[in-house]
Amino acid sequence: MIHFVVHEEGDGVGVVVVEGVKSGQALSGWIMEDDKDITVTSKSDIPMGHKLALKDYKPGDTVIKYGVDIGKVVQPITRGEHLHVHNVKTKRW
Amino acid sequence: MQESFWGFRRENGRVGVRNHVIILPVDDLSNAAAQAVENNIKGTLALPHPYGRLQFGADLDLHFRTLIGTGANPNVAAVVVIGIEDGWTAKVVEGIAKTGKPVAGFGIEGHGDHETIRRASHKAREFLQWASELRREERPLKDLWVSTKCGESDTTSGCGANPTVGNAFDKLYPRGVTLVFGETTELTGGEHLVAARCRNDEVRRKFQFVFDRYQEVINRHKTSDLSESQPTKGNIAGGLTTIEEKALGNIQKIGRKCVVDGVLDKAEMPTGPGLWFMDSSSAAAEMVTLCAAAGYAVHFFPTGQGNVIGNPILPVIKLCANPKTVRTMPEHIDVDVSGLLRKELTPDQAGDKLLDCMFRTANGRLTAAEALGHREFVLTRLYESA
Repeated sequence: MIHFVVHEEGDGVGVVVVEGVKSGQALSGWIMEDDKDITVTSKSDIPMGHKLALKDYKPGDTVIKYGVDIGKVVQPITRGEHLHVHNVKTKRW
Repeated sequence: MQESFWGFRRENGRVGVRNHVIILPVDDLSNAAAQAVENNIKGTLALPHPYGRLQFGADLDLHFRTLIGTGANPNVAAVVVIGIEDGWTAKVVEGIAKTGKPVAGFGIEGHGDHETIRRASHKAREFLQWASELRREERPLKDLWVSTKCGESDTTSGCGANPTVGNAFDKLYPRGVTLVFGETTELTGGEHLVAARCRNDEVRRKFQFVFDRYQEVINRHKTSDLSESQPTKGNIAGGLTTIEEKALGNIQKIGRKCVVDGVLDKAEMPTGPGLWFMDSSSAAAEMVTLCAAAGYAVHFFPTGQGNVIGNPILPVIKLCANPKTVRTMPEHIDVDVSGLLRKELTPDQAGDKLLDCMFRTANGRLTAAEALGHREFVLTRLYESA
C-alpha cells in the first residue's frame, strides 16, 4: 500500500495520498519519477493531500519539491512531521 | 490514438463540437431581454453578464474581444446580440459576422424590452431551426482546439491530474492541435521552467514581459503575502502550502515535450497550431471564458478539491486524482485518474483515458458540467469603469 508519494529523488517532502494517517504510523512511500520505495515513520496526524517532511529542517532552510524551491522553513521540522503553512512560507510576494 | 472526430464545420473553416444558438447581451441592461428570448425559444442559450457600460480603453477592447470571440467560437452556430443601444450592438454583430455565421443585433432604446424581445425571438427561432439541420462531419484531429486550466488544486493535482493533461498535451502537440494554457500569477516560482520551454528568445521575451507585468499588479495591490487568496483556502485545505508549490503543480499541465510557441493577450485568437500561453487571471471562470473567446472548442480542467465550474459554450472536461473528491463529488468528475496514486494506472494510461473522454466529448457526449447546467460566463475586467 502506498501511503505517500514523492515526486523525485532529492525532494524533501512527500504527499500523503491516503486518509487517516496517524502519528507513529510506519508509512510506505513511492518516489514516482525514479520508481523507488521509501519508508518513514510519521510524527503527526497528517490529512490526505498534506505533506510530511522527509528530513530535518531548521528555520531559513529551503524546501524542495519537484526538484525546485517551494518556500522557506519558519519553524523547526523533523523527519516524519506534518509540513504545511504553520512551518513553511512562500519566498515570493 | 484516434486521428479524427465528428464536429460542425463552420463557414470560416473552424470546427466546433457543439451547435449552440446564443443570445448574447452587450451589457448588463440587456440581460433581462436576452433571458426572455432564451425562455421563448427553447434550445437557445442566453449568456448574461454584469458588464459593458462605461468601460474604456484596453478594458473596453477586452470586453468587445471577449463578446465577439464568444460569438465567433465554432461551438456556436448562430448569434442574436442584444444591447441597450444600437452602436455597440452593431460593433459586436460586425465582429461576429466576419466568421460568416448568421448573426443579428437588436438595440433596446426606442423600442423597449417587449418589442425587442418580440423581434429578437423571431430571429432566434429562425436561427435555431436552421442550426438544428446542421450535421456533424468527420474532421482531422488537428481541427480541434484544446485549452486547459486547473482549479481548486491540491497536492494530488500536481502528482496526478495535471501530469495527465501534460501527457495528453504531449500526444496532441505533434499532431498539430492548437493548445493553450495560462494563469499568469500561478506560474510564480516556476516561471523559469516555462521560460526555458519557449520556442525562441522572442517568445521568451514576451512571456517574461507579461509575467513581470502581472507580478507588478500583485505587488501594487497586495496587503499580505496573498496566503488565502493564492494559494486559496481550498488549496491550503488540500495541502498546498505556497504559491511556488502550486505553480510547480500547475506547470505539469504542459507536459514534458511541448514547446511554448507563442504568447496571447486575453481572449486573443491564436494564429496557428502549437502550444500558446495566454496572459490571464487564474480564477477558473474568467480563464475558461477567455479560452472560449479565443476560439477553443474543448477544455481540460484538472481539479483536486473539486471545483465545479463549467462554461456555456466550451465543454469543460474535469479530471481528478484525489480519491476522496472522486468519492464525494462523483457527479462532477468526467475522468477519474486517482489510480495514478495507487500505481494502478501509469501516466500514459491516464493520458489515454483523458484523450478517450476528449474524443467522446468532441463527438457529442455531454460533460458533467454541461449535464449539471454549469454555465459560468465571467468577463475579465482590467480596471474601474469611467
